[in-house]
Amino acid sequence: MSDSIIKLTAAEIAAKIAAGELTAVEVTQAHLARIEAVDEKVHAFLHVDREGALAQARAVDEKRAKGEKLGPLAGVPLALKDIFTTEGIPTTVGSKILEGWIPPYDATVTQRLKAADVVILGKTNMDEFAMGSSTENSAYGPTGNPWDLTRIPGGSGGGSSAALASYEAPLAIGTDTGGSIRQPAAVTATVGVKPTYGGVSRYGMVAFSSSLDQGGPCARTVLDAALLHEVIAGHDPLDSTSIDAPVPPVVEAARNGSVAGMRVGIVKQFRGEGYQAGVVQRFDESVALLKELGAEIVELDCPSFDLALSAYYLIAPSECSSNLARFDAMRYGLRVGDDGTKSAEDVTALTREAGFGDEVKRRIMLGTYALSSGYYDAYYGSAQKVRTLITRDFEKAFEQVDVIVSPTTPTTAFPIGERADDPMAMYLADLCTIPTNLAGNAAMSLPCGLAPEDGLPVGLQIIAPAMKDDRLYKVGAAVEAAFVERWGHPLLEEAPSL
Amino acid sequence: MTVTELVSYEDALASYDPVMGLEVHVELGTKTKMFCGCSTELGAEPNSQTCPTCLGMPGSLPVVNAVAVESAVKIGLALHCEIAEWCRFARKNYFYPDMPKNFQTSQYDEPIAFNGYLDVQLEDGEVFRVEIERAHMEEDTGKSTHVGGATGRIHGASHSLLDYNRAGIPLIEIVTKPIEGAGARAPEVAKAYVAELRELIRALGVSEARMEMGQMRCDVNLSLRPDGTEKFGTRSETKNVNSLRSVERAARYEIQRHAAVLSSGGTIVQETRHFHEEDGSTTSGRVKEEAEDYRYFPEPDLVPVAPTREWVEELRATLPELPRLRRNRLREEWGVSEHDMQSILNAGAVDLIVATIEAGAPADQARKWWMGELARSANESGKALDELPITPAQVARVTALVKEGSLNDKLARQVIEGVLAGEGDPDAVVDKRGLKVVSDEGALGAAVDEAIAANAAIADKIRGGKVAAAGALVGAVMKTTRGQADAARVKELILQKLGVTEG
Repeated sequence: MSDSIIKLTAAEIAAKIAAGELTAVEVTQAHLARIEAVDEKVHAFLHVDREGALAQARAVDEKRAKGEKLGPLAGVPLALKDIFTTEGIPTTVGSKILEGWIPPYDATVTQRLKAADVVILGKTNMDEFAMGSSTENSAYGPTGNPWDLTRIPGGSGGGSSAALASYEAPLAIGTDTGGSIRQPAAVTATVGVKPTYGGVSRYGMVAFSSSLDQGGPCARTVLDAALLHEVIAGHDPLDSTSIDAPVPPVVEAARNGSVAGMRVGIVKQFRGEGYQAGVVQRFDESVALLKELGAEIVELDCPSFDLALSAYYLIAPSECSSNLARFDAMRYGLRVGDDGTKSAEDVTALTREAGFGDEVKRRIMLGTYALSSGYYDAYYGSAQKVRTLITRDFEKAFEQVDVIVSPTTPTTAFPIGERADDPMAMYLADLCTIPTNLAGNAAMSLPCGLAPEDGLPVGLQIIAPAMKDDRLYKVGAAVEAAFVERWGHPLLEEAPSL
Repeated sequence: MTVTELVSYEDALASYDPVMGLEVHVELGTKTKMFCGCSTELGAEPNSQTCPTCLGMPGSLPVVNAVAVESAVKIGLALHCEIAEWCRFARKNYFYPDMPKNFQTSQYDEPIAFNGYLDVQLEDGEVFRVEIERAHMEEDTGKSTHVGGATGRIHGASHSLLDYNRAGIPLIEIVTKPIEGAGARAPEVAKAYVAELRELIRALGVSEARMEMGQMRCDVNLSLRPDGTEKFGTRSETKNVNSLRSVERAARYEIQRHAAVLSSGGTIVQETRHFHEEDGSTTSGRVKEEAEDYRYFPEPDLVPVAPTREWVEELRATLPELPRLRRNRLREEWGVSEHDMQSILNAGAVDLIVATIEAGAPADQARKWWMGELARSANESGKALDELPITPAQVARVTALVKEGSLNDKLARQVIEGVLAGEGDPDAVVDKRGLKVVSDEGALGAAVDEAIAANAAIADKIRGGKVAAAGALVGAVMKTTRGQADAARVKELILQKLGVTEG
């Protein structure tokens, strides 16, 4: 029974609860049992809120018993990335510096999930402050990829992708600053969407790089992602950068997948050195599939994309050096060395020394340097100019095509530890995802097959113009349906059982 | 701390030309903070007016207070500034425990208002134009209280208490261009500028600008250059000079100190300095060898502020009469001297007198009460005039009672005293204290007869034509009526009864 529950999609679970075939409590218990059974191996969760989840589930069942109208995801369990504040529930952002902090308020995303009766199972592991592509930078230990527990589940949102791929949750929330939703989706054969910047409120989402950070939905199917997207998206008066416009019709698009007559771009700069052969092969097959489905393929040249990684590693650290300044041991979180003899400055220094990991320190230093007077124009200033060029390249591209496709990440999941001491190699994982963050438009990753050489999942990235998030779902649903038909089942079914 | 031998002010000015720059921070009187919905009310329990945003909690975000932007535009317009069509906030990064985010959300190279001026009037009536560089929006920090040290400074303190109620209160920083050409009058110009700015802010209704409560704070930058040279000297920045008098004294002290250092062949160190109220001196704060690196960059959590031209023009149309022009108009209307007007201004009585006149009092009476009896009372109780528990309407009512003859001057003073003592409005005080002028002719006649009988010798003198002697009899009558008689009427009755006519 419980095994069949955990394999259901979110849409199926919601339908069964609405029809009275399953109760929300049963569904929640099945997932809590699954977490209990496998999470010791996977380590997707930093905190499981057993009691809270069951209470939420009971409330859904009561609502239904009273005949109240239920939302489209009522009673569906979800794994929340530990970067969103949750009132009364620990929020660590994967960092020691926030160990033990219980936020006094809910993020807007948290609030909207609760209002939609989505059952929050707990908080998922992540690279500290979302800085990383492997979840190895978590201060609480790495997460395993359910396809191969010795490999990384992607990052920073590796906890969320692993929770989906191990059937610990049918839905998850991630955040994407340079690829932290899409790259984990790619390496676990799940679906992840980075909405248009401003599409989902950042209020209560602990900031890494404010102008790049974007929360978004993670799921095992395109339709589930769309249903979740609709719940969390929309204008929030508490976030000045949130877009005050109707949410694009993502669910409708996901229910009506089609690429017939669409112009699909492939970018010259998204291939070449550093791309694994099996990844390129699966990508080329995806392009061929799109053609078969009726799309017109257009080759594009976006020269500024070659500069994206460099610009990103100036802008994101600059903003983070300022965003993370607040962690000073004064008001919340860790405090080290406060023995009554030391100055506030000493306590701050000792706390930051002990509380921040190496990658976080590296980026704070990079950013502090890039913003310093005398260097600002050469570094931060130039990076902003590159950002403008990238935005223009996208604009020009979208004059010719409706969407762009690329591999999500140049390689499949690498072994835990392989790139841990080589930040540059690690940064390359986000080569194809970063331009979208810099330009602020929308993108999705969905599974497009296993690389023949290692049998690990490859992700296909679809990129749409800003506020055209629905196109991701229209194209994604069509590709997903065609692949599932070809494979005879969802790709994730090929993962070894845990 | 080294004691500086000062050069006399006259000697300093004989060789050097002062250049000043004034930076004034004004806390806006908005109901809520700059970037969140917390109250700005003063005097609340420490940390009771805080939320995730103004505490800089992880995940919190700012939202700009629209009223603060409107206030900033009004201030900019009143200072004859250009208003930016598009401007951004910027982060000023530095660490201090009372600053929750360890950056201050401020404006850097895109201020909301720039290139303006303020004409200020010196005590002798001369008008001096102070050019304005910029006015920009930012947020205040929290407040640190250092405990255990000698002077409340952090040095020697055992611990510090942090109150974040002030963190995030909207501030406008107004920066002048270098003020040149004031010569010996530089300290006076500085004081007049801050005074004028304070009046302006109050007239706009955007802040009460009470310096003693920290709602308006001034930094005085000053340098000297040898007479006849162009290049500015090295400046000192005297921080947080928080009264008009102190602004003048600080500028004056720094002129004398700089001159002493320069004339003895020394060099001025670029540094911040603390001003000491007790003796008017300044002492060295922290040395600024190079400009501090605040690593400013545009605030990514906020969208640009873009005041439309239509809105700016709407606000321009609502601007009140400039305080200086209004003062000159009132001075003429009231017929008072430049000097008396200055006293009225210094006493903070202008608006009170205007309101009293508006409530029906004659101008001279309104002025007499506020600058006389009430000024004395305020002085004794250590309060500002507008903090006295009496309203302009009540003062106007007292003058009306005097005019209709039911109070004389002496009784009126008692009524005012009663109102100040919380005994109610003027009519209530008159009733409770029984302070009506005795106008019962019978009773008054009897009192007059009694006085004449008791002072036969004086009565004879009056009969003999010494009308001036009547004063003594008036006094006697006033005494028996406990001051409640109309002195003029008493005199009339005395003369009538003694068969004498005046002059």
